[in-house]
Amino acid sequence: MPSRVNTSAGDTLGTTAAPGAKAAEFTVRARSQRQIVFRRFRQHKAAMASLVVFALVVLFAFVGPLLWSTSASFMSNDIFTAPDASHPFGTDSNGIDLLSAVMKGTQSSLIIAVVVSVVSTAFGAIYGAVSGFYGGWTDTIMMRIADLFLTFPIIAIAIMLDNRFQAEASSLWLLIFVLTALFWPSAGRVIRAQVLSLKEKEFVEAARALGARDRRIIFRHLLPNTLGSIIVISTLTVAGTILTETALSFLGFGVQFPNTSLGLLVTNNQTAIEGGHPWLFYIPGIFIILIALTINFIGDGLRDAFDPQQTRVRA
Amino acid sequence: MLVYSVRRLIQSIPILVASTFVIFLMVASSVDPMTPYLTKKPPLSAAQLDSLRVKFGLTKPLLQRYWDWLTGLVLHGTFGSSTQTNYHIGQQLGYAMEVTLRLVVGTILIALILAVIVGVVTAVRQYSKLDYATTTIGFLFLSLPTFWFAVLLKEWAIQFNEATGTHLFDTLWESSPNPPAGFLPQLGDAAQHMILPVVTLALLSYAAWSRFQRASMLEVLGSDYMRLARAKGLSPFRVMFRHGLRNALIPLTTQVALDTAALLSGAVITETIYSWRGMGLFFISSIQMADPNSVMAWLLVTAVFVIVMNLIADLLYAVLDPRIRLA
Amino acid sequence: MTDRNPRFDSGEELLAVRDLTVTFPTADGDVQAVRGVDYVLRRGEVLGIVGESGSGKSVSSLAVMGLLPKSARIQGSITFQGEELLGLSERKLMSVRGKKIAMIFQDPMTSLNPVYKVGFQLEEAILAHNDIPKEQARKRAVELLEIVGIPFPAKRIDQFPHEFSGGMRQRVVIAIAMANNPDVIIADEPTTALDVTVQAQVLESLRTAQQETGAAMVLITHDLGVVAGQADRVLVMYAGKPVEIGTVDDIYYNPRMPYTLGLLGSLPRLDADRAERLTPIQGTPPSLLSLPPGCPFMPRCPLAKDRCAEEEPELLVTDTTDHSAACHYSALLAGKQADEVFSHTAEDAAMPESYGAEIAGVTGEVSAAAVEVPKPNTKGVS
Repeated sequence: MPSRVNTSAGDTLGTTAAPGAKAAEFTVRARSQRQIVFRRFRQHKAAMASLVVFALVVLFAFVGPLLWSTSASFMSNDIFTAPDASHPFGTDSNGIDLLSAVMKGTQSSLIIAVVVSVVSTAFGAIYGAVSGFYGGWTDTIMMRIADLFLTFPIIAIAIMLDNRFQAEASSLWLLIFVLTALFWPSAGRVIRAQVLSLKEKEFVEAARALGARDRRIIFRHLLPNTLGSIIVISTLTVAGTILTETALSFLGFGVQFPNTSLGLLVTNNQTAIEGGHPWLFYIPGIFIILIALTINFIGDGLRDAFDPQQTRVRA
Repeated sequence: MLVYSVRRLIQSIPILVASTFVIFLMVASSVDPMTPYLTKKPPLSAAQLDSLRVKFGLTKPLLQRYWDWLTGLVLHGTFGSSTQTNYHIGQQLGYAMEVTLRLVVGTILIALILAVIVGVVTAVRQYSKLDYATTTIGFLFLSLPTFWFAVLLKEWAIQFNEATGTHLFDTLWESSPNPPAGFLPQLGDAAQHMILPVVTLALLSYAAWSRFQRASMLEVLGSDYMRLARAKGLSPFRVMFRHGLRNALIPLTTQVALDTAALLSGAVITETIYSWRGMGLFFISSIQMADPNSVMAWLLVTAVFVIVMNLIADLLYAVLDPRIRLA
Repeated sequence: MTDRNPRFDSGEELLAVRDLTVTFPTADGDVQAVRGVDYVLRRGEVLGIVGESGSGKSVSSLAVMGLLPKSARIQGSITFQGEELLGLSERKLMSVRGKKIAMIFQDPMTSLNPVYKVGFQLEEAILAHNDIPKEQARKRAVELLEIVGIPFPAKRIDQFPHEFSGGMRQRVVIAIAMANNPDVIIADEPTTALDVTVQAQVLESLRTAQQETGAAMVLITHDLGVVAGQADRVLVMYAGKPVEIGTVDDIYYNPRMPYTLGLLGSLPRLDADRAERLTPIQGTPPSLLSLPPGCPFMPRCPLAKDRCAEEEPELLVTDTTDHSAACHYSALLAGKQADEVFSHTAEDAAMPESYGAEIAGVTGEVSAAAVEVPKPNTKGVS
C-alpha cells in the first residue's frame, strides 16, 4: 500500500464509520514544524554553504589560537613582513603577527556580536510583546520610546559620551550597551506587530478562559509563537553588530589595545594600501565581510524556512 | 493636508524642546570646552583659565545656560557662540548642510533607480539565475563595512588616476580649493569630487532598498488585482507598471523618506574618508574642538530632520495610497 | 447577438476543454491539481462546476484564461470557437481575455486595485479592447455600473474601491467582466466571500450580466444551492477529476456517483416532506501528491469494494446521454437517497425526530441559497 504524505502537520485522514466502508489503509506521516523548517532551510543552498563557512570561521577564531601559539599582542622585530610561512597573514607596523591578531579579533567581534544579538533581541521581543499585548496608551507610549531610539543619533551620542568616559577603560561594556541600544527597537517593532495579530487568535482566548495570567499568556503563548521571527532577527543582528562595531572603531569608539577586534584591525591599517602593505587592510576586512555575508545568507535561509509565503506556488 | 502638516509640526515643538533640554544636559556633562585649554603648553595661568570659564558661560548655573541658549535660538535665531574664535556656527552648519545635501541627493537618486530596477526585475524573475546573481551581489553590498569599502574605492581611484595619468576622480574634499572659473567647469569639478562618495553610499544604500522593493513587488505580483488586470486583457507592460509598480512603490517611498533623515544627519564615515566638510565632519570636528554649542546645533538640526522626514513619509504615504486618511 | 437558448444542447460549441491536466512542481513532489478534465460549453448555457476546495475547479478555469503561474505544467487542449488557446502567445491571449472570455474572482475585497478609482478600472477594461474616446468609455462605465445595480453610478464611479462594500465591489468586478460583451464569463466562487444576505443580490447581478451579454457562463462554486438556481448543467469534480456531469435535474434527482449523493445529503432542504437529517461525508479529500491507484473517493465512500482500490473508474454515460458518472457501481445508486447510503454522525444520532421540522425551518432561514433547491422527486427517475 502506498504511503501518503501529508504536508500539513497533525492532519489525519478520517476513516468512514459507514457500513461497508473498507478500513482506510493510509499511513499519514505528519511532519513536525521543526522538521519542515529544517528541511526548507537545507534546500536554501546559499544558506547551507554559508553555514559551513561560518562554522569554519568560528572554529578559526576559537580553536585556531590553541594551534597557533603566537600571541596577538607580542611585538616581534619582523615589521611589515608580507604573508609567508612563518606569518601566513604577515605582520604589522609593530611586528604583531596578523594571523593571531585576526583570530583574536574575530573572537572578540563574534563574542560582542552574539552578546548584543541575544540581549537586544530578547529585550526587544519582550518589550514588543508587552507593548502589543496591552495595547492602548501603554502601546503608544512604549512605541514612541522605541521610535526615539530608532531615530535618535545614538552613534553620535555614544561618541560624545565616549569623549567623557574614555579614561574609565570600560569601553567594551559601553560598546555592548550602545550596540544593544541601537538594535533592540527593530526587534521590538517586529514582535509587537506579530503579537498584535496573535493576541486575537482563539488560543489566547482559550488560555485566558482557563485563567492564565497576563505574564503566562505573554511568555507561554505569545512569545513562543514568534520564535521564527526571533531567531531570524537575532541572526541578522549578528551581521549588523559586526558592521556597526567596525564603523564605531573607525570613529574611535569601542575595543582598545591590547584587546582587539576586526573593526579595530581595519581601522589601524586604513592607510596600509598606500603604505604598500595591502594585506593588513584586506585580510581583516575580508573576515568582516565573510562573517556578515554568511550570517546574512543564513538569516535569509531561516526567513524562507520559517515564512515560506514568498516561495509558495500560487494556484 | 496643509492643516495636518501644520498641526503635526506644532505638535512636535514640545517634544523638540524637551529633547533639547535632555541633549543640553548630556552635552554639558560630556563636552567640556575647557579641555583643549587645560592641556595647553605652556600651561595657562589660573586667571586666564577663569576668564575663559566666564567667557564660555561655565560659571552660570546649568538651567540659566539652557535658558540663554533657548532664548538665543528662539528670539535671535542663533546657535550661541562658538568656543573657537572667528567661527560662526550658523554659517558653518549652513555650508555643511549644503555639502551633505549634494551628497544625499546624488546618493538617493542613484540608489533609488538601482533599487527599483533590481527589485522589480528580481521579483518578476524570481528564482532565476539573474535573481540569484543580483541577490548575491546585493547581500555582498549589505555585508560591506562602509569605511572599508570607502577606503578601498578611494585607493582604487588613486591607482586608476596614477595608472592612466589622468585626474578623473578627486578623492579629497567636496570641491577643489581653487575651483575653476565658469559654471560648466565648476560643475565638472563638483562632479569629479562627487563620483566616489556618491557611488560608495549609493551602492551601500541600494542593496537594502532593492531587497525591500523585491519583497513588496513579490507581494503585489501575487495579489488578486494583478490577476484581474491580466484577465481584463491589459498588456503585460501596463499590468506590470500601472498596476504592479504603482502599488509596490508605496512602501519603498516611505522607507526612503525615513532613511533620508539618517543620511542627512551625515554619512559620517564617508564624509570623513573623502574629507567632505558636511554634517558628519561638522559633528566630529565639533566634538574634537570640544565646542558644546556646535554639538548642540548639530543635534538640534538632526532632530528637526527626523521630525520633518517622518512627516514627509506620512504625507507621501497618504498621497500614494488612497486608503490612508491623515487624521 | 444570440438569444439565450434554454435548449442548450442545440447551441454552438463555444469552449471545449479536452483532457486537461495541470501539474504544479513543489518541494514535496508534483501536485496533480487537475487530472483530466473534459467539458464543452455551448453558447448561452450556464455550466456549474462543483467541488470541494482543492478539487481543481479553479485551477482548470485559470488554465482557460492562461493565468496559471509559469511553473504550472499544462497538458490537453482548450479550444475557444475552434481555436486552440493552450500555447497561444501572450499577445494573442490579451485579445481573448476580457474580450471573448471574462473572469470574475472569488474575493472582491482584493480583486480591485486599491489605488485607482473604480471608474478608471472599468474604463481601462473597455479601452483595452475598444478604440474609443475616453469620454465614451466613461459613459459606458456609468452604464455598466447601473446595469449591475450600483446606486448613483455617476457619483460612485469616482470613488475608490475601499469606499465600496464587498457586495458592491463584486458588482464592479461583474461590470468589468461584462464590459466588452464577452462570449464566456467564468465566475470563480463569486459569492463565497460574501455575506449570505448579499449573495442573492450578487447572483442577481450576475444573471443580469449574463442575460445582457448573452454570454455562456462557467459558474464555479462549492455551494450546490447556488448552482441549482443558476446552472443548466453541472460538473462535479473530486480530486482534480470530473466525477459526474449532467443536467441540473440529473445531478439533483438522480445522482450516480456516491460523492454527489454525499454532497446533496449534506445540504439542508426546506422542502423535505419528513424530518431529514443531514448526512455528512466523513474524512477529507486526498492529497494530490502521488495519488494511489484506484478511485480517489474510495477512502470516504460507503460503497467501496475491492475493485475501487485497484481501478479508477472512468467517466461513463449513464442511462441518459447527457449524464455521465465515474463510479464502478453507479447503476446501484439509481433512485437512492443520501441517508440510505451515508450514515448520520454518531453524535447527533439520538436526536428526536420531532426536532427535524424546526431545524429544517431554521436552516432554511439562514441559508438563502437553500431556498432555491427545486422540488425533489422522491421516487427517483429510473
